[in-house]
Amino acid sequence: MSETDSVGETTITTPSDREVVMARTFEAPRTLVWDAYTKPEHLRQWLLGPEGWTMPVCEIDLRPGGEWHFLWRRPEGDELEMRGVYREIVPPERLVNTESWGGEWPETENTVQLFEENGATTVTTTILYPSKEARDAAIATGMADGADRSYGLLDEYLRTLA
Amino acid sequence: MATDSLSVTFSALADPTRRAILGRLADSPATVKELSAPFAMSGPAVSKHLRVLERAGLITRGRQAQWRPCRLEAAPLKDVAEWAEGYRRFWEGSHDRLDEYLRQLQGKETNHVRDR
Repeated sequence: MSETDSVGETTITTPSDREVVMARTFEAPRTLVWDAYTKPEHLRQWLLGPEGWTMPVCEIDLRPGGEWHFLWRRPEGDELEMRGVYREIVPPERLVNTESWGGEWPETENTVQLFEENGATTVTTTILYPSKEARDAAIATGMADGADRSYGLLDEYLRTLA
Repeated sequence: MATDSLSVTFSALADPTRRAILGRLADSPATVKELSAPFAMSGPAVSKHLRVLERAGLITRGRQAQWRPCRLEAAPLKDVAEWAEGYRRFWEGSHDRLDEYLRQLQGKETNHVRDR
């Protein structure tokens, strides 16, 4: 394990029954971070998940009711797709959109908020699940760190899959 | 009532007692009596949870009427685990990259080797 650095780490909390909040602070002004989150030419540079993924599709219709569609290709060749609709756009501070991974995955409503302080911008992403059950299941399966047995169980199981 | 397999798995997992039961079964198969002990719960209450897990295909139960040991069936967890693990890795990796990218946009050199 490498040393942990509290600056530059994604933190995950659960402020209510149906929510998960991710937060991360970047050393950049809010307007720049807003662009990085809303313009395809920027998103393609960083919204790439683990090493080796590419983003062949990054379509954004940035207006309320406008659709977005992202598609990633993994090094193994398989693809991952996400799409949704923009609900609220308040540059450079607030972006609300739906997000669906397709098929059986529950659709969530995500609210991205940007706060600037001393030249650094904290981005919080609030993911609202359709139910407490869906949220808890997502957490239970390892989305957030947790000390409970289910996390250890899945961790163990993932190792057997590797 | 959820009918698709992933939703059934999700709702079966959305209970701390059931997750703890699965955690216990990850170590070894166990009887209802053995499973009841750590939960301060009656046998029937635990059996109720076991029926939910069984319906979701997360456990199977032995045939011996007296003991019916419960066994973990991890296959339905695979889909869920892949999704959740992918999600977490996805954001951690992306945020690290955004951090680096924002520095570049601002013309700030970092200590990292530029490997683009």
